[in-house]
Formats: sequence, C-alpha cells, structure tokens
Amino acid sequence: MSLRQFSQKLVLVAAGLLLALPMYAGEVPSPVVPKAKAKANEEFGCVEPVTEMRKNHMKFILHQRDDTMYKGIRTSKYALAECINCHVSPEQNGTYASYDEEEHFCNACHTYAAVNIDCFGCHRDTPEEASLGQASTDKSDPYHKDFAFNKNSSVPKKNVDALSSGGAE
Amino acid sequence: MEKENSLLDQARRAFFGKVAAAAAVTVAPGMVLYQVAQAKPAAEKVTDKVRWGMLINTTKCADGCDACVTACETEYGWGPESEPLSAPNQRAQWIRKVKLTDKATGYAQTLPLMCQHCEIPPCVDVCPTGASMKRVDGIVLVDKHICIGCRYCMMACPYKARSFVHENLTDQNVNAPRGKGTVESCTMCVQRVDNDGIPACVEACNAENHNAMFFGDLNDPQSEISIELAKNGGEQIRGDLGLNTGVRYQGI
Amino acid sequence: MKKITFSVIEGRSGGYLALLGILGAFILGALGATYYMEHNGHHVTGMNNQIVWGTPHVFAVFLIVAASGALNVASISSVFNKTAYKPLARLSGLLSLALLTGGLLVLVLDLGRPDRLIVAMTYYNFKSIFAWNIILYNGFFVIVGVYLWMMMERRMNKYTHAAGVTAFVWRLVLTTGTGSIFGFLVARQAYDAALMAPMFIVMSFSYGLAIFLLVTMAAYKWTDRPFGDALFSRLKNLLGVFVAGVLYFVMVFHLTNLYATEHHGVEAFLLRDGAIYTQLFWIGQVLLGSLLPLLLFYHPTWGKSRTLVGLGALLVVIGGLIQMYVIIIGGQAYPLEMFPGKEVSSSFSDGVINSYAPSLPEVVLGMGGIAIALIIVVLAVKVLGFLPNSLADEDVDPHHKAS
Repeated sequence: MSLRQFSQKLVLVAAGLLLALPMYAGEVPSPVVPKAKAKANEEFGCVEPVTEMRKNHMKFILHQRDDTMYKGIRTSKYALAECINCHVSPEQNGTYASYDEEEHFCNACHTYAAVNIDCFGCHRDTPEEASLGQASTDKSDPYHKDFAFNKNSSVPKKNVDALSSGGAE
Repeated sequence: MEKENSLLDQARRAFFGKVAAAAAVTVAPGMVLYQVAQAKPAAEKVTDKVRWGMLINTTKCADGCDACVTACETEYGWGPESEPLSAPNQRAQWIRKVKLTDKATGYAQTLPLMCQHCEIPPCVDVCPTGASMKRVDGIVLVDKHICIGCRYCMMACPYKARSFVHENLTDQNVNAPRGKGTVESCTMCVQRVDNDGIPACVEACNAENHNAMFFGDLNDPQSEISIELAKNGGEQIRGDLGLNTGVRYQGI
Repeated sequence: MKKITFSVIEGRSGGYLALLGILGAFILGALGATYYMEHNGHHVTGMNNQIVWGTPHVFAVFLIVAASGALNVASISSVFNKTAYKPLARLSGLLSLALLTGGLLVLVLDLGRPDRLIVAMTYYNFKSIFAWNIILYNGFFVIVGVYLWMMMERRMNKYTHAAGVTAFVWRLVLTTGTGSIFGFLVARQAYDAALMAPMFIVMSFSYGLAIFLLVTMAAYKWTDRPFGDALFSRLKNLLGVFVAGVLYFVMVFHLTNLYATEHHGVEAFLLRDGAIYTQLFWIGQVLLGSLLPLLLFYHPTWGKSRTLVGLGALLVVIGGLIQMYVIIIGGQAYPLEMFPGKEVSSSFSDGVINSYAPSLPEVVLGMGGIAIALIIVVLAVKVLGFLPNSLADEDVDPHHKAS
C-alpha cells in the first residue's frame, strides 16, 4: 500500500468516526415497554426472573408450544395466551394495541431489536375479554392467579391501573 | 413410576367418567357433568390408551338444523365474518351439513361432515413437513407452526375436511389460532377434550335435544359410544379406503 | 468427424439485450405477482378450498417434468454412447437445471407460507412422496451439476459416463416421484393410478425434448452457428416417438378407467361433459398438442421445414401445459365421490363440479417460471462454453458422408 493510498484510507476512517459521533452524544435509545397488569409471582415478577425472561422467553414459549401441540400438556405457566393476557394491557381508552402497533408489548422490543416473529399471524395478539373456552386448564398454577386468562374479565379496571403504574415488568 | 401413576389415573378417570355418564342419563343430558368429573391434570401427557371418536346417528340428525355447525363457528371464530374478502368457496368450513338423496329411491337424509380423525390419515401420510399429524389419542391436527401451506393434505383428504385460509385474520379466538396461508380443520375440540369436556358440536346437538352425536373413547368397551357401536353398529364413510375413521355414522 | 469445440456466445448484440430485457420483465412481473398474492393472501387468486392447486402448479409441474426430460440428449450421449448427441450434452444438462429452477421457484412462491421454505428443508416426513421429491430435486441439482463438471473439465472426462448413468437413473426416479404425487392420491377418482409415474416419465421425455429443440434452434439461429439437417432430423424424429408415447399412455389410462364402472363418472366428465376440460383435452392436448405435431414432424415435406417442425415443438409445449391443466385442475374439478348412489349437496360445494378461473397473478407467476429457466440458459451460454461452435453434419455425425 502506497503512502498516498494509506492517507486516503485514514481520511475516510476519520470522516466515518466524525459522522458517527452524534449517535453517541445523546442517550442510547431504548424501547418503551408497557407495564404488565400484575406480578405473576412475588419473587420474580414474571414466571421466571426478568433477566431470564428477557433472554430466553422464546425458548419457554417454543417448548410449551410443542408440549401442548403434540402431548396435550396445557399448563399455563409458559402459555403464550397468558403472556398476552398479562403483558398486553389496555390503553387509556380501554382498547388494546395490536401487534403491528409499537405500543404492543411484544412489538415494542421486537421492532427495536429488528427480530421478526411469526406468532401473531395465527395467535390472537390481545387478551380475549369474553372468555369462550379454557386456554388454561391448570387448576394448580401458582402463577397468574386471579389474572389468569379464564378470569380475565373479572379484573377490575382500577386494579389494572394501579398495577400498571407499579413495578411489575 | 410414571407409568404406574398414569395407570392409576386411568382407573380414576374411568371411574369418574362412569359416574358422570350415569348422572348424565338420570339427571340431565349435556356436558356439564362431564366437566365436574376429575379433569386431566394439565401437566399430564395424553395417552394412546384412549382413542377419541364420535358416532353420529343420521336418523336423529334433523334436516334444516345446523346447531353443530353454528356451535363450531362460535367456538373457533370461523365463518363469513372472519374472512370477508374471500369468495364463498374460499372460506373455511370446519364442519358442514351434507344433504344426501338416494338416486334410486329418493330417500333423503342429512348429516354433519368434518374431519373423520382416521387411524391412518392420508393427510398425515402426504404432509412433507409432518405438520399434519395425529396425536396418540387419535385426534388429527395441523401443527400450523410448521405448515408451509402446500395444500397436499387437502388433495389427499377423502372427505374434503380441510380448509386453507385465504386472507389475513385478526382477533382470532384464543382457543383457535388460525391464520393466512395455513391449512386447518376440525380439531375434535382438542382443548375441551384435554379438559375432560366434549366437543362443541356434540354439546350443541344435545342442547337441541336431537342427541344425534356421541363422543367418547373407542378403546373403552364400557364407554357410551362403544356400547352404542356394539349394539347398533356404525359405518365409515369411504370404508373401502380402510382408514379406520374415528367418526362413525349410523343410518347411511 | 472433427473435434468438437465449444465457445461462449458474444452476447453484446441488441437482440441479446432485448431478449434479456423481455425475460427480465417477465421475472419482475412474477415477483410482483408473488408479492401481491402473498401480501393479500390467496383470496386474490383463482384457487379455493375445492381446487387447491391452480395455475402456478400447472406451470411448476410442467417445468419440473420438462426439466427431467431436457436431460434426454445428455443421457443418450453419455449412457447410450450415441456420439452424434455428444456436442449437445452440455446444453442438455444446463437446460434441465434451468427448467428445474424455474419450476421449483413457481412451486415455492405459490405456497401459503413461502417464508417457511427453511421448514420444508429441515422437517421431513419420510412417508410423504412430497418430502421425497424435495430430496430428489435437491439431489438432481447436485448430480447434474457434477455431471456438467465431468463433461466440461477435460481432466474429469473419464468420469462422464458414470456421472451420466447416475443422473439418468436419478431423473427417472425423480419423475417417478413427481408422477406419484398424483398417483398416490388414493381418494381422488381422477388420480390414484400407478400408471401416473411411467406416464409422467414419457411426458417428461416429450416436453423436455420439445423445449430443448426450440432452445437449440433459437440459439443456433440467433448466433449464426450451423445446425445440420442430420442432427436436426434425428432430434425431430425422436420427439415424434415421445409424443406418440405420451398419447399411448393417455389412451391406456382412459381406457382402463372406462372399463371400471366406478370411474365412469370422472371419465364422462373429462372426456364428454366437462365443458372447458373436455375441450382442452380433445382440442388442446390431443389435436393441437399431439396429432398436429406428429403430422408436422413426419409429413414428407413439412417435416423438412425448420419453421414447421419448430411450430410442432412449440405445439408440444403448449399441449403439455394444457395436459397439465386437464390433469391438475380438471382432476380436482370433479367432485370427490363419498356417497356412491346418492345425490349430495352442502354449503361446501359437495356433489357439484368445482369452479376455477385462473387469475392474472397466477398466470404471471407461471410465465415468470419459464422466463427464469430461459434467462439462466441465456446468461450461462455467455459465461461458459455450453454451445458447440458448429452442429453441422460433417462436424457431429460420425456416419456423415461428404456429398
């Protein structure tokens, strides 16, 4: 590499760094994730510790998916319906954001991380107000309790508001 | 250990099942009593010791009644409203009423037709990815997570029981994840059955007091369906194919 | 016989660029059609829950079948040691790969979930003939690719025969698999026949060679390279035999069905009462697609005209597409026989002839598959030496006597 070529490259690199600087000047943008309706569990917040959920939620959901599909195991701990039920909370006007809106719990992060998911082509992306059937048949589920899918309609609105402003993640 | 448990559980479930069946006969028809019977623990796997099946008495199936179809539509959210953009012949139908008229005699009858839950299902045989599958308890399902929408199962099904979703869907029922580009069909109300319930169509038929549909365990000789089959028989549609269907008909 | 030399085409002429432009436009159209269909869902197509495989499948299966047949010339040269065909063996292999690519793309892009192609490649149900086909298609690419390499790399020439035999056996198995996709449909009156597999093999011979003849004629005309009468006439006569072979299989298929009373319904539908399908069968497939080409090929004077023989080959291609339409769509149009002796009616089109009208995006997607196959050939002959400089009789025919 001649000196001339080297100096040209150096200039290019310097220009690139200068252009990139403003990105680091401000705060790193982070997704705005809506609060959950409730703590599924006093100890962890969610059904597993929050850091664990952030990292591995897809593994839990995927494992549950195949267990339910092929073996008829219908525990609610890792059921997608329960995630939606708790994490997709109503907006001020009482309606729910759908997955294609950025207020949606799942979409908030997935858009940010540019990770495409294939759940909501088929699965409902909002809690079902009038419960028609039994997504959860797990009578001994230590998680979700009163907020479990079957009893969704019985959760009072003020209760939800109180929890949404609390620390539940 | 696990095996022992599940055997014990079998006996327990069979006992409660009988109590419920007896109660259903004497107190009131319907499924409520089945549900108060001990439910399968949610964490328990389904077993191949049972084979779920259905028996349909066409002589009791009323012309003009489509309670079973409506119940299925409501339970799973299919029907014209869910697919407004599709043409009528593009819309899904998980169950339909078929009217038969004998060409020679003019004898007319109607019957509900849906997935026949074959023991050896052609749809499962032909599916390239294994999305079309049969649970060990005999219920035939589509695993839409790995369905690529090739429609070969629809070509192979002798009963035209499957539908392809032709447009985007939203606000599906929680119990019925279904979406564009995948194939679907009657699930024998698998989530109800896993909770010791009976299919919505059977429940609706009973509610109409037609009692044309029985649901139960074909492997259990003491089940209502097995006793009725032993007493009065039941035909398979296209029995010539040797598929040993889980849905049987009387009076065809 | 002289030594055969291959060379790339120049590929700078206005005609060449125009050809690329036209094919490119068809491919862009197909991509647009795919986006439109997949974005909206298949409700914008002609398919429905009764006729689940539509026009894209007609094109896709045609191209896949033709791909296997396009390998004819290479097989005859490498497996049966007919030296006269040897110069064209490379083009034969190239065309078969190109046609398979085009066909598979159409098939994949018409899936309900083409985005899940990776699922089709990673989950296999080995009882499914469809899954076996995926393996056979992938294998075909590898084997014919290696075969081309053996032919084109001088050091590897000694393995050409072995590779050729492998490719020959593989493509027979492949087309058996394609035919069995229909043959194994036990519940459908129009399919469910062991004859489907061998019939598809003969169909592949015919479609593949017809396309090969047309491509060769075009390539040699447009590049001003000589294409001798002797070789041309051999290819033409061989194509005639294949066309007659297909006609024979079609006849046996329908005669067998006509003998069995249970099949009278579907046969009456296809051969007599099926309106469009009956017309397509008799006028399109039998008359235009088989009898007329045979007349053109074997007529003492017409058979010597390049134009008329080319027209005959084109008719074989069109007749092949029509035959696929009759098999795939006509076969599904006839209602499933579930209750013998009963009249059947329901809200789900039971007991009635199912309707299907091809939609524009489906046709555009299918045409795009053909365009992709052709553009691969057009580009490849510019990059690598697939085309012999001369196909003149004295250059290729070992028995040629200088006059």
